[in-house]
Amino acid sequence: MMLDGVATLGRAALGTCRGAGRLVLFALAGLSHIVRPPFYFRAFFRAMLDIGYFSLPVVALTAVFTGMVLALQSSTGLSRFSADSAIASLVVLSVTRELGPVLAGLMVAGRVGAAMAAEIGTMRVTDQVDALSTLSTNPMKYLVAPRLLAGLIALPLLVVIADILGVLGGFIIATLKLGFNAATYLGNTLTFMQTQDVVSGLVKAAVFGLLISLMGCYHGYNSKGGAQGVGAATTAAVVAASVLILAFDYVLTELFFAR
Amino acid sequence: MTTVPKIRLRGVCKSFGDKLVLDGVDLDVMPGTSMVVIGGSGSGKSVLLKCILGLIEPDAGSIEIDGQNVLAMDRPAREAARARIGMLFQNGALFDSLPVWENVAFGLLAQRKIARAAAKAKAVEVLGQVGLAGSVGDLWPAELSGGMQKRVALARAIAATPEILFFDEPTTGLDPIMGAVIDGLIVDCVKRLGSTAIAITHDMLSARRIGDQAAMIHKGRIVWQSDAYGLMESGNPMVDQFTHGRREGPIQMELRK
Repeated sequence: MMLDGVATLGRAALGTCRGAGRLVLFALAGLSHIVRPPFYFRAFFRAMLDIGYFSLPVVALTAVFTGMVLALQSSTGLSRFSADSAIASLVVLSVTRELGPVLAGLMVAGRVGAAMAAEIGTMRVTDQVDALSTLSTNPMKYLVAPRLLAGLIALPLLVVIADILGVLGGFIIATLKLGFNAATYLGNTLTFMQTQDVVSGLVKAAVFGLLISLMGCYHGYNSKGGAQGVGAATTAAVVAASVLILAFDYVLTELFFAR
Repeated sequence: MTTVPKIRLRGVCKSFGDKLVLDGVDLDVMPGTSMVVIGGSGSGKSVLLKCILGLIEPDAGSIEIDGQNVLAMDRPAREAARARIGMLFQNGALFDSLPVWENVAFGLLAQRKIARAAAKAKAVEVLGQVGLAGSVGDLWPAELSGGMQKRVALARAIAATPEILFFDEPTTGLDPIMGAVIDGLIVDCVKRLGSTAIAITHDMLSARRIGDQAAMIHKGRIVWQSDAYGLMESGNPMVDQFTHGRREGPIQMELRK
């Protein structure tokens, strides 16, 4: 009985290792095709549109409301210590370092990661991926590499916009509701914002973008079993990307800011 | 006439887990011949085609095209060998995200690096060869009927004038008249291109219309091979049971009791 339990545990551990190994090999293959011709520029620009342009409304709304809530909440907390003047710094640091990249990443994971997994998964179960191979086209090069590159580039661009709108959200609440002077608030924001804060957020965004595309492509590419398989791949892509974003957020924060 | 088969398979084996799908397949297809492979569902027909195409790696055996063992080739050589093959998939496998003309010209654009305008003109020309108007080129695959999708898939398969053509269940899901139309187009295309063809089907009418030669695969082995004319009166109990659709005979369906 106990041996059965150990065996099950062992099988689960081996399965996890195998899965992780497959994922790493898939990622390396996809990344290597980014720098090896032929390049599929149309596929890349389409992926940039899907990930970047069409995600803009949801990311923008998330950023604005997050900035607004942050200003309100920090006002409630900081006023107890007569530290209201720290609201601007708290908003800008929170948005640029953490909330901008993480929330944009989670939103894009839900929107784009799922769509990617569903599209590639459907192509897999309807033989379209095999058809690519028969038409002198490497599916990794045509389907995966452009999406990985687009994820890597598009999410930092989205986060630049999210950072600006997040700070703007805080600014709106601080000036219109909390009675801050606009020039003072902006001055505080610019004083406390450092290059490292923004750069660390953008690096995180690039990593998150890559993770979202990787999870979408990997789960879609390996889906099987018809509609149910595609549905499972879509769910797995979103869940895996979301968890990895949070896990890598911690790792990157340690790398950037741990003393 | 050359004696080197265009396609030669020797001892091709493939298992998925503990399920043996191909169990030492031997098959010769001579140049310019249309070979029809018949067999029941799950007998290994599609896996056989995918092994020749290089989409599935066999566990054992050799697959030769023009006398060259493709399994021993490096990746670029295998990709070059695959570029000489056109494939019509069972469900068409058209790319949903591309208009019809781009589906047809996909291989041309990928292989030959021709300009998009020239590729579109070529696509319209090939669509005409399968009986479709040029205006169909601007539609999306989802806007087409099943028969039209099959024709577009056929156009895509022949657009790059391949030396070898594979047809996976070309008439599945079509009404008898459309099935006959597709078969007629396949025969015309194969003759016009002078290609060597392998079609897999369990539609006996289609098999006789398409094939010069026929082979039957059962439990992963080729159990019979002859002229397609003799398909319905082969004298082989397995083939006769299959072609006439008899319940009783040497082939026992594995039904769960």
